[in-house]
Amino acid sequence: MWTWLHKFASPPHFYRLAGQLAPWFGWTAFILIVGALYGGLVLAPPDYQQGDAFRIIYVHAPSAWMSLFIYVVMAASAAIGLIWRIKLAHAVAASCAPIGASFTFAALATGALWGQPMWGTWWVWDARLTSELILLFLYLGYIALRSSIDDLQRADRASAVLAIVGVVNVPIIHYSVVWWNTLHQPATVTKMAAPSISTSMLIPLLVMILGFTLCFVALLLVRVRGEVLRRERSAGWIREVMA
Amino acid sequence: MSLSQFFSMGGYAVFVWPAYAITLTVLVGNVLAARASHRRALEEARRRLGMGELAR
Amino acid sequence: MPASALTAGRLILERDLRLAMRRWGHVADPLVFFLIVTTLFPLGLSPELSRLRDVAPGVLWVAALLSSLLAADSLLKSDAQDGTLEQYVLSGQPLTWLLLAKTAAHWLLSGLPLVLISPIVAIALGVPGHALGVVVVSLLLGTLTLSLLGSIGAALTVGLRRGGLLLSLLVLPLAMPMLIFGARAIELAIAAEPVAGPLYLLAALFVFAFTLAPLTSAAAVRISIE
Repeated sequence: MWTWLHKFASPPHFYRLAGQLAPWFGWTAFILIVGALYGGLVLAPPDYQQGDAFRIIYVHAPSAWMSLFIYVVMAASAAIGLIWRIKLAHAVAASCAPIGASFTFAALATGALWGQPMWGTWWVWDARLTSELILLFLYLGYIALRSSIDDLQRADRASAVLAIVGVVNVPIIHYSVVWWNTLHQPATVTKMAAPSISTSMLIPLLVMILGFTLCFVALLLVRVRGEVLRRERSAGWIREVMA
Repeated sequence: MSLSQFFSMGGYAVFVWPAYAITLTVLVGNVLAARASHRRALEEARRRLGMGELAR
Repeated sequence: MPASALTAGRLILERDLRLAMRRWGHVADPLVFFLIVTTLFPLGLSPELSRLRDVAPGVLWVAALLSSLLAADSLLKSDAQDGTLEQYVLSGQPLTWLLLAKTAAHWLLSGLPLVLISPIVAIALGVPGHALGVVVVSLLLGTLTLSLLGSIGAALTVGLRRGGLLLSLLVLPLAMPMLIFGARAIELAIAAEPVAGPLYLLAALFVFAFTLAPLTSAAAVRISIE
């Protein structure tokens, strides 16, 4: 198994394999997302409390899930790259950042749009939205650090340290924000929590989350191919790619 | 669900549809950006190859 | 710890303090910044002490945070420029310990003055006398932790253009839990309620930073230097 893994991590093999796999992940994701859209927007009944506004959950929850999941993937691959000095791992970490940041932004925007009909204001400092905002800052800091360092190897390794520091702090940040939030909101229930959810409401949500995840894999494969090219030092297989 | 109810989203249309539009934009934007990033890396590699920056 | 490492640490501490004393004008910068920032709030809000009292916990902490970040940039900058940092890395002494010594010196120069002047500033913001002890203790823990976090940021950004601003962007999200607990502690103290909870949490964050930050900074310095 280690030989297979080793072969996988070798840039030319990865480049070819990723190129073949990406369309499969991409189109499967597309089908799942379209299906989930139909299920969520048409098939699922309106919530008795929130009416049709609850349907925002089908874009908010998957975005929020992706923003967190991608950060963990980013930190894990950065750590692997740092400890075992595997360039492919660094390439994965670098590719995760813009994707993760965009999902964080989507989570914040859809969260605000969900908050207005529910709470009457466009922005509320509720625990989950505030945590998402801080997560966005963590992503932006990572991206800023990367772009400030010209040497790709130093950028890889320095941002890996930052990603690890960040992921260790995410639970602390989340806990402290939740704690802070409960101090100042005595009675309010967090409406961001899913309404008491029936199966017909739940299934489109799960399908959407799966669709988003597969989409992320496809995006990652495309981006990592480029990042692997950037980190390549010898001409051999690149020439074959160009041909 | 009727077509008019679908579009009005029970009165919440002004919140629901922008939310979906933003998410769709993020997804499509990601696809375009990922492909652009790969394309740029290919061009960079071509340039580095041409300038002899890469070892044998 | 071998005696030579202890000596090296002590020497670095003394060296940094001595160098700073020669240009003590620069040392005063974070302190003056702290005072100016806290003055901005009465000017921007209201001169009424009762109103200021409500925002005092947040204002004190935000100002301390910002001036600590301002100071953090200078932790490694001059050593990186004149090659001393490289010598530290190559010296064969544990880099973690050397950086801890540097961070300690840095805190003595930039964090401690804030802590000492905080009661005066707190009074100026309407904080009642019985809460001043908590103000000092919370800022003591806070500035210590911030110096440690700042050392990570400084190590990651050493030598980069606009490194100072980038450092702030990197460290601020990590400092937010401290801000939450520290401000809450002062808020509770003003209301004469028990403050043990937030203070313990602050202490826990400090211990966490103290154990992990020097290691992380050392790794980051090695990455930045090679």
